[in-house]
Amino acid sequence: MRYEAPGSIESAVALLAQEKGRAYVLAGGTDLLVRLRGGYIEPDLVVDVKRIESMRKIVPEAGGFRIGAAVPAAELGEHPAVKKLWPGVVEAVELIGSKQVQGRATMVGNLCNASPAADSVPAMVAAGAVATVVGPNGKRNLPVEEISTSPGKTTLAKGEIVESILLAARPPHSGDAYLRFIPRTEMDIAVVGAGVNITLDDKGVCKAARVALGAVAERVLLVGPAADALIGTKLDEAALDKLAAAASAACRPIDDKRGTKEFRIKVAGVLARRAATIALERARKS
Amino acid sequence: MSQVHVTAKINGDTTEYLCEPDETLLDVLRNRLGLTGAKEGCGTGDCGACSVTLDGRLVCSCLVLGAEANGREVRTIEGMAHGETLHPLQRKFLEHAALQCGICTPGFLVAAKALLDKNPDPSETEIRYWLAGNLCRCTGYDKIVRAVQDAAAEMRKG
Repeated sequence: MRYEAPGSIESAVALLAQEKGRAYVLAGGTDLLVRLRGGYIEPDLVVDVKRIESMRKIVPEAGGFRIGAAVPAAELGEHPAVKKLWPGVVEAVELIGSKQVQGRATMVGNLCNASPAADSVPAMVAAGAVATVVGPNGKRNLPVEEISTSPGKTTLAKGEIVESILLAARPPHSGDAYLRFIPRTEMDIAVVGAGVNITLDDKGVCKAARVALGAVAERVLLVGPAADALIGTKLDEAALDKLAAAASAACRPIDDKRGTKEFRIKVAGVLARRAATIALERARKS
Repeated sequence: MSQVHVTAKINGDTTEYLCEPDETLLDVLRNRLGLTGAKEGCGTGDCGACSVTLDGRLVCSCLVLGAEANGREVRTIEGMAHGETLHPLQRKFLEHAALQCGICTPGFLVAAKALLDKNPDPSETEIRYWLAGNLCRCTGYDKIVRAVQDAAAEMRKG
């Protein structure tokens, strides 16, 4: 295995594109090193992107924030302005692992690791976050929900790297929230995760909504019918019932040691409803 | 596999070493530099026994490559006491008997110090959440939490 720590994204892309063997990007390393040390992968090349200055920064952009792919979770949690604008996304990122893991793990790593149970991904999908991807053929932007296809698999081509994530500016009266179910209070993998992001008009009627679910399918799901249940309502009980039903209906989970299909389907509705209630409170205050 | 030449500051001393590209910082510390305070519990970032700080940030050294430390600053449990004088956290862990076998202790101390550097007056809940990434299978956590609270109180008095 070769270890390279290039200083620019262009060199990182060139290294990955030219490598004939198995090449991996190293950001926080909290997934990659576990797989490497466990013998699950045998890389020929590992490209550490943490020496690329532009990828280590959180930069304000058009009223929102661009989060570099090498920014650790702990830094995001310490950024009051991002937390204020997108509280649901930051709280989701802060749920990943321990303080030790937070010191290394990145939001983009969480995305590209492509686990359906990744905590930050439903929150990012609900937020309408956009990934900037750089590769041998230049730059492209794509919605985060188009990155992962199934466990461990992404749509990224050889040599492509996610450089950053844009969390956009948002209209007044907007709020987002992320909740997950785990059997304990800390340090566990989501059995179900739900991210909700809404915008209200001046009369308190929901005019835009996005709902995303984690750990209930082979990838994180953006659930259109669940969002439709909220739009045009004041998130009254009837609307929340419809939201919960639509969220449950969208699930196609597996049974495993952490939860049964039936449990996940039921809890997805419950969590979507609770997350929507928190998003509503936040929207009313913003 | 050609070795990587690394220059890092470890507990304040500029240190040079050669390591394999896939070798963890934990293995470098223990096997190449003789700093055996950080322990390998799980090797997967779950137990916190290998906690160190990297550029001031609490991390599991089992999830850091030795090569990544180039130009960076690492602090380990070996840098915690001043000569013969123990850090208040170390002293309070002894006073409260907050350890039995001791495998987890260096990690708890490094993690607790990182907490107190950030927050000199943490609540019990904050201490418990902060230390959720450090596992102890001997004592349970009450004595550890009390030792951290007591050390924090003493350090606040200066």
